[in-house]
Amino acid sequence: MPNEITLPVLDSSGVEVVESHLHPKASYALDDHLAPTGKEEVWRFTPLSRIASLLDAKSAVGPLKWAWDNDGDLVDLTEFPDAPPDEPSSCHAGDSPSRHSARSRRIHLAGTTTATTFGPLTIADAKALGTQAPFDRVAAAAFNGATEGLSIDVPAGAVLDAPIVIKAVGENKPAYGRTHISLGAAASATIVFDYSGLADYAEYLDVTLAAGAKLAFVSIQDWQAGAVHGGQHSFEVGPGAELKSVTVTLGGDLVRLMETVRYAGEGGHAEMFGVYFADAGQHQEHRLFIDQNQPKTVSRVDYRGALQGDGAHTVWVGDVLIRRNAHGIDSYEANKNLILTDGARADSVPNLEIETGNIVGAGHSSTTGRFDEEQLFYLMSRGISELEARRLVVQGFFFDIIRRIGVPQVEEHLQDAVNAELTRAAEAEARTNTNEQRSV
Amino acid sequence: MADLLISGLHVEVETETGPKEILKGVDLAVHTGEIHAIMGPNGSGKSTLAYALAGHPKYHITAGSAKLDGVELTELKVDERAKAGLFLGMQYPVEVPGVSVANFLRTAKTALDGGVAPKVRTWPKEVNAALARLDLEAAFASRSVNDGFSGGEKKRHEIAQLELLNPKVAVLDEIDSGLDIDAVKVVAEGINRYAAQGDRGVLLITHYTRILRYTTPDFVHVFVDGRVVEEGGTELAERLEVEGYEKFVKAAA
Repeated sequence: MPNEITLPVLDSSGVEVVESHLHPKASYALDDHLAPTGKEEVWRFTPLSRIASLLDAKSAVGPLKWAWDNDGDLVDLTEFPDAPPDEPSSCHAGDSPSRHSARSRRIHLAGTTTATTFGPLTIADAKALGTQAPFDRVAAAAFNGATEGLSIDVPAGAVLDAPIVIKAVGENKPAYGRTHISLGAAASATIVFDYSGLADYAEYLDVTLAAGAKLAFVSIQDWQAGAVHGGQHSFEVGPGAELKSVTVTLGGDLVRLMETVRYAGEGGHAEMFGVYFADAGQHQEHRLFIDQNQPKTVSRVDYRGALQGDGAHTVWVGDVLIRRNAHGIDSYEANKNLILTDGARADSVPNLEIETGNIVGAGHSSTTGRFDEEQLFYLMSRGISELEARRLVVQGFFFDIIRRIGVPQVEEHLQDAVNAELTRAAEAEARTNTNEQRSV
Repeated sequence: MADLLISGLHVEVETETGPKEILKGVDLAVHTGEIHAIMGPNGSGKSTLAYALAGHPKYHITAGSAKLDGVELTELKVDERAKAGLFLGMQYPVEVPGVSVANFLRTAKTALDGGVAPKVRTWPKEVNAALARLDLEAAFASRSVNDGFSGGEKKRHEIAQLELLNPKVAVLDEIDSGLDIDAVKVVAEGINRYAAQGDRGVLLITHYTRILRYTTPDFVHVFVDGRVVEEGGTELAERLEVEGYEKFVKAAA
């Protein structure tokens, strides 16, 4: 009997195609991403009517109001002025012209001798950089329809002392983002995207870490009520590079983010943390896809959410694909949800697809529940009121993640935000109790 | 004053097959300045008494009364019982991840003092001193409550709380279980310091006589099948050491 040899099918970027309904095929072309009907596995949790504005792809949509918070001094990154005619290019020797537009701003950040570049990002630039293609229609719409785009380039070897904080403000109109962040070899940086205001925002955000680079990436969805935010945050982790990502979702009507990790070599390390807090009527969906496509790579996922109020809905999907070549990988993902009131719903779906058994570890855990009665009893037995005991338990639940961020001002901001959410909950409960007493 | 008067206490616990009566009429009086030991075999209801007094939601008081200085505890919420002066040192202290010991102690102290936060200048020193007396390092205060603590650390943390929060009456449930001999001494010394104030009450629930060598009770009660079946002084504990509980269990059956 002849041996059967099956050759792997590769996509255009040389990545082996694994047939799966869990993670749709990436493509730059909008037409490859059909408008969903709601029956698709990846869309079945999403209220399509509330994300319709992001699925209806348009052209030439402007960005959010971007600004780099340079120690309190806001530097606009929305529009990059044309280069003066007598200075045809600000590129230095060694920079490839396609990488840095002549309109880019080159800034020496504290702790570095080489310049970090903030600049526009065209579709052609983005493709030339070898970015990951959009994973869904929302990201594809943003990629193709955004006017200017934004690129942030931390050069090889640069070790930034202070975080780069980007304030992204919605101005009550639709916005598209096409963003690419790259860290050169052995570069080290903390980058915070702080979203606020009101917008229907479709986003394509791609991050590349070269060999040995270290990035802490923090994304805070602190939108006003009514905002809609969807799209992707995709990361490529180079050989021996270390990514720490923290995704925080607090505000908005609907937030649906696809967060993906793949590796560009052996020994990459990705830690993905998430914190979300859904109030009445909010839909918060975090879909992770960790592609263990290289040997000896490591991933850790830990997402935690609290829900309160009628119609609060959170979705966490954690897909991990361990490819047949990915020997010696180590992967673990966890999701915990704390349901604080009736009428809230948390969906939690971990998935592992394993194509090789030659690994260090692969596991997942998912828990969704109400307050632990024993914890409340212990705290209350020391005189702490039930309300205060609940507050402590929720603070502790999130603090386990928050303390790992490593950016003090972000940690403080998040502690305050969690406290504000809990105060809102307490006030809502007090109102309900008053109404119940009245109705008796 | 620290008078804990328990009379005719009946307590049920929810089980899969319906409610089950565990305490069948407990009468016990702990007066100011007294140390009482409750001893008994496994399953006799000793821990149920402790948790029912503190108001654990799993236990339902169906009859009887427990008054602390005239205040009926059984009608109060868990935190209100603590505010009335009751403290429960637990056999299995509960882990509260992400909440530091320092934050927990400050919050508890504030709640017990009617919402007045302890002084920033002196309180951390008091906390560190209390921890040090229990052989716990200052760094202990920044760890999460009971999270990853060894068995001994959990029990010493309970006694550090006892000294810092200084309630009227301490009910200590198997505070000596799982401790090595050195840790038993440290814990017993903490209880003795608390009791030496003279105006407090201690109800020490234990399975073994070991801790009673270091903390001498004024009264010993033998607990079998949900009620007190014998009372005496330290000589009773010595008798139990030799004879065990068998005689009392047979008599109760």
